[in-house]
Amino acid sequence: MTHVAIIDSGGANIASVRYAFDRLGATSELTTDAETIRSAPRVLLPGVGAARDAMRRLRAAGLTDVIRELQQPVLGICLGMQLMCEASEEEDTDCLGIFTAAAKQLSGSPDRPVPNMGWCATSARSPHPLLRHIDDGSYFYYVHGYAIPVTAQTVATAEHSQSFSAILARDNFVAAQFHPERSSDVGAKLLQNFVRSSA
Amino acid sequence: MQFRNHKVVGDILALAQRYCDEGADELVFYDITASPDDRTVDRSWVDRVASVINIPFCVAGGIRSLADAEDVLNKGADKISINSPALANPDLIGELATRFGSQCIVIGIDSRAESGDYCVYQYTGDPDRTRAAERLTSDWIAEVQRRGAGEIVLNCMNQDGVRQGYDTAQIASMRAICSVPLIASGGAGALQHFAEVFSETNVDGALAASVFHSAQIHIADLKRYLADRGISIRP
Repeated sequence: MTHVAIIDSGGANIASVRYAFDRLGATSELTTDAETIRSAPRVLLPGVGAARDAMRRLRAAGLTDVIRELQQPVLGICLGMQLMCEASEEEDTDCLGIFTAAAKQLSGSPDRPVPNMGWCATSARSPHPLLRHIDDGSYFYYVHGYAIPVTAQTVATAEHSQSFSAILARDNFVAAQFHPERSSDVGAKLLQNFVRSSA
Repeated sequence: MQFRNHKVVGDILALAQRYCDEGADELVFYDITASPDDRTVDRSWVDRVASVINIPFCVAGGIRSLADAEDVLNKGADKISINSPALANPDLIGELATRFGSQCIVIGIDSRAESGDYCVYQYTGDPDRTRAAERLTSDWIAEVQRRGAGEIVLNCMNQDGVRQGYDTAQIASMRAICSVPLIASGGAGALQHFAEVFSETNVDGALAASVFHSAQIHIADLKRYLADRGISIRP
């Protein structure tokens, strides 16, 4: 049974991601303990909340270098993805710098309300184990006001007022802008790929 | 989904699972068990719903404070929807948005056409207390956005429960002043009503209850029908 350390960065609503792992038969725990995180087979950096507050909590817990140096598969979700970038425009926050990119505010229009909340078709740019057995163009559930432009590390994209990174990947690090735990069966499949991937 | 007592929780879980499997994009639970005087609301059902479904869900009803909201969100709800308590205490909207983020703060608005204007109603859950909130719907939509609402569910009362179609005229006029996601509610009775509201109003979502509960419309059929008409929707 795979065990997932979920890094506690202070946001509410960790329940849904824990239940998602339960349904896959994986155990999980919410933690800020460096040794627990280092030794876990899988690490999740979740995200609901604000970037500056979350980074402040990670620094206070002494976790910024711990996260950067992890060797096992690490998945960031939503704000967690943005925290893994170099910076976020949200309150002009310096982040972890795992991905060579920065989160920018989505620009809204009457046709494209912000925050972007809902199901968006998501297109693969390059193959990745996280997307194994998931049809290209599948819909995932997004809730975000900031997004990461398309970069060399982007493995999937979605559209708002413009294309943005739906999934970023680098070595053992991968991150999704959408919420797999709320993305129905394709989201469950993606989490299963994460839990079962060989690293 | 409406429910009246704890005995039906098993049915709620089964129904929630069924709607998930049929392809619903989001579920809204109207918790009408939470009476205004009830100080010890049992919300363990939120936990149980969160554990079985894998699509977003929103809890409406009985949320009057930051503590209520925190309880519901910590149990796994993705969003909370506030209606009458926001009218009674508009500052609550900003407090909730600051604490939890706009993305999980939905404002429900019951609106009815009245002598050429659209007006907000409150306490619509209880026929004996329902009354005009003495606000124009357009003013209230502008105000809740300023205060941090992340989504608006506009329930058009003239149409609610009569299954004659969404109030597309009202929804279109409110869409023009609403730059956060707007969900149409009230009036769905047939497949073409959903096609009409999406093609005529550019709304972000359409909410319905009775046509699904009665199995008059199956969600999978509805989605195929909409996709066939060129409406962009998750299969």
